Amino acid sequence: MDYKKKPLPPIVGKAGFGLLGIGLVLIILAFAVNTQRAFFDYLWMYMFLVSVGVGSLALVALEYLVGATWSTPFRRISEFLSSLIPVLAILVIPLLFGMHDLFHWTHPETLQNDPILQSKAPYLNVNFFIIRVAIVFAVWLAFYFLFIRNSQRQDNTKDPALTRQSIKLSAVFAILFIITISITAVDWMMSLEYHWYSTMFGVYYFSGTLYVSFAVAAFCAVKLNENGYLSERLSNNHYYSFGAFMFAFNIFWAYIAFSQYMLIWYADIPEETFWVIMRMKGSWAYYSIGLVFVHFIIPFIILLPRSSKVRPGLLTKMAVWFVIAHFYDLYWLIMPTYFKEGFVFGWSELGFMMFAVGLIITVFRIRAAKVNLVPVGDPKLESGLNFHLN
Amino acid sequence: MVSIMIKKLINSLKEYDSKADTEHRSKKLFGLAALYNTPNEIITAAADVAGKGYEKFDVYTPYPMHGMDDAMGMKSSKVGYVSFALGLTGMCLALLMIWWMSSVNYPNIIGGKPFFALPASIPITFEGTVLLTGIATVLGVLILFNQLPKINSPLNDTDFMKRVTSDKFGLVINADDEKFIDADVRKLFLSGGAFEVQEIYYRETNLGIKTPIFDGKFISIIFATAILTAIITYVTLNIVLYDVVPFDWMWNQAKINSQSKSDFFPNKAGMREPVNGTVARGFLPYEYKGMPDSSVKLLSNPLAVSRKVLERGQERFNIYCSPCHGYFGEGDGRMRDQFPKPPSLHNQKVLNWPDGNIFHVITNGQNVMPSYAEQVPVDDRWAIIHYIRALQRSKNASDEDLTKSK
Ligand code: HEC
Repeated sequence: MDYKKKPLPPIVGKAGFGLLGIGLVLIILAFAVNTQRAFFDYLWMYMFLVSVGVGSLALVALEYLVGATWSTPFRRISEFLSSLIPVLAILVIPLLFGMHDLFHWTHPETLQNDPILQSKAPYLNVNFFIIRVAIVFAVWLAFYFLFIRNSQRQDNTKDPALTRQSIKLSAVFAILFIITISITAVDWMMSLEYHWYSTMFGVYYFSGTLYVSFAVAAFCAVKLNENGYLSERLSNNHYYSFGAFMFAFNIFWAYIAFSQYMLIWYADIPEETFWVIMRMKGSWAYYSIGLVFVHFIIPFIILLPRSSKVRPGLLTKMAVWFVIAHFYDLYWLIMPTYFKEGFVFGWSELGFMMFAVGLIITVFRIRAAKVNLVPVGDPKLESGLNFHLN
Repeated sequence: MVSIMIKKLINSLKEYDSKADTEHRSKKLFGLAALYNTPNEIITAAADVAGKGYEKFDVYTPYPMHGMDDAMGMKSSKVGYVSFALGLTGMCLALLMIWWMSSVNYPNIIGGKPFFALPASIPITFEGTVLLTGIATVLGVLILFNQLPKINSPLNDTDFMKRVTSDKFGLVINADDEKFIDADVRKLFLSGGAFEVQEIYYRETNLGIKTPIFDGKFISIIFATAILTAIITYVTLNIVLYDVVPFDWMWNQAKINSQSKSDFFPNKAGMREPVNGTVARGFLPYEYKGMPDSSVKLLSNPLAVSRKVLERGQERFNIYCSPCHGYFGEGDGRMRDQFPKPPSLHNQKVLNWPDGNIFHVITNGQNVMPSYAEQVPVDDRWAIIHYIRALQRSKNASDEDLTKSK
């Protein structure tokens, strides 16, 4: 194919740095004003970045695993986004220092007086927690470097053997991804209320990661292609699968979220219900009802018709919507532990959100400056470009 | 034997085949069919035909071809609307069904939840939506595209169909297209690279002389299939798999039946005895059991009179007492002539009795009247007694009563 590499316009870099800078200032202020709240916000931002970064790596693996071709012309986008993983490995370190503020179970006096916690202690203790974080990052980083190395080498060598190798890698990663993402969800978010447990919690978070990863990839794909950075042979119809998968994971999230809720509601045992009751107190009740609409019902109705899955303008708007919805969802999972009376959204939360978005843009721009935006050596690229909807 | 039958069948099919091809064709033209050699030719030909303004034409290829919809100028199908409408219908019907079953027809408290609760209904609502959407989509496709009541197309059993289902690409323009002119169409086909043009005539059955869907044979085959399926299902479930788990209709359950042995308990008795000195809820023993009326020094009615209590009493009285005592307690119930006639409940004896004595009769029975302690719980007995008192009063009402109650 005839691909000419063009640098991204400077506005992207400026926007990224701008958001990053303002975000950073606000974050520092937030820590100065209220450390505990800042740590909760930080956790919220961190989980969002994990969703996008690790979820995007999962999309890359998924393409290899199932032999998809429609996504090959867009795969670099997910690869760039997954470059958040090395950054996350650094971002997680401050969070480890906030464990005392975040997790009540780390307090020795809690442990002493709490037989339930004592029985969980073999898993839920600070040392093992940090070991798990290290193992999880080792897995993510290893697969990130392997996938990216294979993909970039192929640009020059055009060697199909690299694709075959990545397929094998992706089969292993598929399993490890599910395990590591569940551990991440349970450790960082479920343990905030360490008495509570839900066997669906890992899947719940997983559904959100792919939900937002597809959305961010769709946003970048449409914007890049509209401005001629990918290929002239890509048309609106090529976006169809993005729309379809955003729609699908929207339903999947609703399915999981509802299943979790319904089982708690049905069994009605206090060990489980208190978590929901926390989210029904004060203004949280409105927030929870809002979640159903913002995260599921409204996007469901908008994305239902087939035509809306191939309308670039609508897709980018929905992608932004999905990003906000995922922030909304994570806030719902994390923040009731801190804001017990009702939800609060102030400049501090806004700062962390800006930092997250700025970071994604900046990482993407840095990667896009060095690497081709299209995997020109991939043997599946041609059939990806030839994709026909009808 | 079987092989001879199969051979006969095949021969008759072959005969039918050739007949269909020659004899059954009428003189009325269905359309002109063109055959092409390559996929590229057929795509350009389709675009050409659509560009010339023909509307009633279709393309037949041995495998699905990407880009064909655009070439033919096809708009997106309407089936989606059918699915959507029926999906919504399914959703509403499922919700309505659950609401009606669980809160109107058979209200039952389950796990302390309200009779009708949305979370519990969502799974079924979801199933209902998906079910009707699926059915609607299949039927929509069959009706909109395959024009369902019509079960045969003039194109079937033609040479053309044989080619386009193996190695060639075909295009048919219907003769009832407004722009259809025989010579023009042929020219269009040949200039587009068609190597053969065929005329397709209607079969007589297609012309409405005989609508195949009302064909006796067709209908009887459908019926025969239905009956056969029903028989097979019945035999498999009720005879073949009858005693096999999990098809045994839950005859055999992993539980201990009353009066049966169990190795679980040390004394091998399946049934448990109450703890010494305790009484199960609702099983308080009746202390005047079997004693004569006169010894009963019972209890005044513990229930306060209220509209609700009286209505409950009336309902229970009508169910349990009226068969013998009659709706008004006059001893003229529906059981008369089949059972000794009871005395009227308005006799002086019952009028003067304290409530405790009526309670005694219900609980203990009296002569031929059996005890109703098993059927009527204590509270209901007292409610019935209030109702009997009301009945008695109604028979002996004074003028004051009328003015008092407005
Ligand atoms: C199977 C028919 C039958 C039913 C049902 C029945 N009774 Fe009776 N009842 C009788 C008969 C017969 C007698 C008369 C018994 C006797 O010979 O002393 C009687 C007697 C009585 C008496 C005593 C009347 C008297 O003058 O000695 C009372 C009070 C009474 N019934 C109340 C009830 C109530 C309340 C119910 C509903 C819970 C009820 N009965 C249901 C057949 C019935």
